[in-house]
Amino acid sequence: MRRLLTPRGIVGGTLVALVLAVALLAPLLVPDDWATRMDMLARLAPPSLAHPLGTDQLGRDLMWRVMLGARTSILIAGAAVLMSLVVGLPLGVISGYFGGWLDNVLMRIVDATLAFPALLLALTISAVLGPNLRNTIVAIGVAFTPYLARIIRGEALRVARMPYIEGARAAGTTDAMIILRHVLPNIMAPIIVQATISLAFAILAEAGLSFLGLGTQPPDSSWGLMIQASRDYLDRAPWTALVPGAAVALTVLGLNMFGDVLRDVLDPRHVAPAKPA
Amino acid sequence: MSALVDIAGLTVGFRTAEGPVTAVRDVSFTVAPGETVCVVGESGSGKSVTSLSLMRLVEFGGGTILDGRLRFDAASGPLDVARADDATMRGLRGNEIGMIFQEPMTSLNPVFTIGRQMADGLRLHRRLGRAAARVRAVELLREVRIPEPERRLDQYPHELSGGMRQRVVIAMAMACRPRLLIADEPTTALDVTIQAEILALIDRLKRETGMAVLFITHDMAVVAQMADRVVVMRAGRVVETGPVERIFAAPQDDYTRALLAAVPRLGEMEGRSAPEPMRIPGAPAPVPRPAPPAGDATPVLEVRNLTTRFPVRSGLLRRVTAQVHAVEDVSFALAPGQTLSLVGESGCGKSTTGRSILRLVEPTSGEILLDGREITTLGGRDLRRLRRDVQMIFQDPFASLNPHMRLAEQVAEPMRNFGTARGRALSDRVTDLFDRVQLPRSFLARYPHELSGGQRQRVAIARALSVGPKVIVADEAVSALDVSVQAQVLNLLMDLQADLGLSFLFISHDMAVVERVSHHVAVMYLGRIVEIGPRAAIFADPQHPYTRTLLASVPIADPTRRRRFDRTDAAPIPSPVHPTGYVPPRARYREVNPGHRVLVDGA
Repeated sequence: MRRLLTPRGIVGGTLVALVLAVALLAPLLVPDDWATRMDMLARLAPPSLAHPLGTDQLGRDLMWRVMLGARTSILIAGAAVLMSLVVGLPLGVISGYFGGWLDNVLMRIVDATLAFPALLLALTISAVLGPNLRNTIVAIGVAFTPYLARIIRGEALRVARMPYIEGARAAGTTDAMIILRHVLPNIMAPIIVQATISLAFAILAEAGLSFLGLGTQPPDSSWGLMIQASRDYLDRAPWTALVPGAAVALTVLGLNMFGDVLRDVLDPRHVAPAKPA
Repeated sequence: MSALVDIAGLTVGFRTAEGPVTAVRDVSFTVAPGETVCVVGESGSGKSVTSLSLMRLVEFGGGTILDGRLRFDAASGPLDVARADDATMRGLRGNEIGMIFQEPMTSLNPVFTIGRQMADGLRLHRRLGRAAARVRAVELLREVRIPEPERRLDQYPHELSGGMRQRVVIAMAMACRPRLLIADEPTTALDVTIQAEILALIDRLKRETGMAVLFITHDMAVVAQMADRVVVMRAGRVVETGPVERIFAAPQDDYTRALLAAVPRLGEMEGRSAPEPMRIPGAPAPVPRPAPPAGDATPVLEVRNLTTRFPVRSGLLRRVTAQVHAVEDVSFALAPGQTLSLVGESGCGKSTTGRSILRLVEPTSGEILLDGREITTLGGRDLRRLRRDVQMIFQDPFASLNPHMRLAEQVAEPMRNFGTARGRALSDRVTDLFDRVQLPRSFLARYPHELSGGQRQRVAIARALSVGPKVIVADEAVSALDVSVQAQVLNLLMDLQADLGLSFLFISHDMAVVERVSHHVAVMYLGRIVEIGPRAAIFADPQHPYTRTLLASVPIADPTRRRRFDRTDAAPIPSPVHPTGYVPPRARYREVNPGHRVLVDGA
């Protein structure tokens, strides 16, 4: 645990904890309607005592909106990355470990998917399935799967060539056990880093989809939706974009830093070495 | 006193994540003009750091010269390298001090031709024009005895063999007629026949040009062949300095004695029938174990006409157009409780033979009989069962253990796989195995990175032993270890053989080690066994020309038995790649004595 306490780890961990706390606690502590309550007299108001982060074009308080919108953004990003991991991990590991024609078939499918820009793919899926929370998750999840599968396959391929894998085979270990006990633990670190980075991209993707009107639908609030709504008022009320933009940026930054440190922590070689006797 | 190099009180530190580390402490020695000084030591002794400091290259690796004087007698007068500025150093490096590194593969830039890389130094330091540099490069290549030098200039490094590349590196280091040549493990990555040529070449260049050589190595045998004076280093300090004859005949320091004792000397087993343990100072004198029952017992492992080929695919359709004939028509038998060594140079197929026996690669044809049972056709459950009887120890102790698994788990894994023990019995057995390979029990819960190379290799041995195999294939199992550790691990293996009646297939390139541990020896060349027989017969009465070349090339750790191996025309090993459809001739052998067979060439 000591390895978490680097400057990077502390900043990253605090940011991630803060965002998670807000996403989980805000809906419990703050009435839902605070995010939608309109104050027509204070439309596009700059930050003040009554509205610490200002208001949007309908006079809704940006602080409450960004706090209540956190849940939607985090939920979509988290569920989407989880989904792409659930599909991409077995795909990548099987492809990389066994190789041969299986690898060829699987990876050509993945390559074909990769040929579409991720956001375009998510956009298409969301448009076909209809925009709602669940479909947004599916859209982002599907779009991200080939990237993760590719990276995981590369790692599995690297590990599968290590002498200790051949050693395990020579010791009579079955393929399933080799994957479980030798391949997975050794590819976990890069996967975790990739997953945290994907999480950051998923938040951005959700913002992008919502911006285009195919993600979260009003009256739900999400960061992407807030940025989308702000675009007509950028010149008059820049805070309407800055507030949700800063929320996205800080979360992404925190996730990246946290992911980096987590990778080091999970590697036994980085544990303070015991003195060899 | 006109030393070319006078190092006094050199102390070098490195900044690491765990805080500052002093890699070299208070090192002092001199190099006279025209003298070869060998700095010898095991890994971590600071020998490379010392040589890099002399070039002031240590700073590029994160080190700092903390203290000391590095007086170098440059053409323009003596100067202190430790305090020289960058411009002065650039004038010295590659000009007055030449350097050769270990890896001939990586010390040449793969994207430039040989000529271009050689010309760079000449044009910089000697201000030669393009044409003049080319002429000089040809001269230099001729000097290091590279055939067809004009043609080589337009070739890329990958088109040359390892030995040729190291010659090019030497030619480049010699380009400006340096006063000092620093050679950092220049032959460690090379095969023994090529090593002999490179050593002879360095020695000849030294005599012809009168330059001094600072030779860094871990290999006592190379020291004995090359050095005028020796500097023995350990853990960053100099433990002993002296003329080579004195160091070998009457070492003063305990560590030097230990180092020398652990080195097997080729030829010292003459007239002895059974393998003998290595000498380890401080330990009681080795007792030769009684020889196991005569070799005419039924072999535990018998290989008949084993052939393993790998396909080479090319073209757009990735069709198989050729085959690598890695192992070709190999036959041998391994008696219970005995050691058969497969020796040969890189690419001779010795590792592939071992891996074919474990079915880690699929043999193309041939029979492998384990206790009389044919195993090449086994599949599924029977194949796994085979792996209980034949276990393997791999070369690289750093890569052959899973870095994310505790040691106890790694040793327990084969037993779990075969269900030979579970629960309490399993953990007891793991503890016993740790005791057996002399690892402290406190290591049970550790991870591989916390252990040294020798300790890791002990874990690998415990793991191989855990399911009670009959045969252990040891693929270069001690090659990556320092000599003192190597001696201990070899003795452990020999002990285990005597106690448990194990049979070893010992794969190695090191003739001196092979002489020490084997009952029988098979010499491999280009996928075939060229000579096989009892150890004593192979070493005392080699019949095949290749066996003779191999034995003549091995440096001997004895300065009174220097060899002048000035042959530089050794034919490169022919390619083992043949087009599909090529049918190699069957291997025919001539029996010299019972059990001693030699391949009939041209068959």
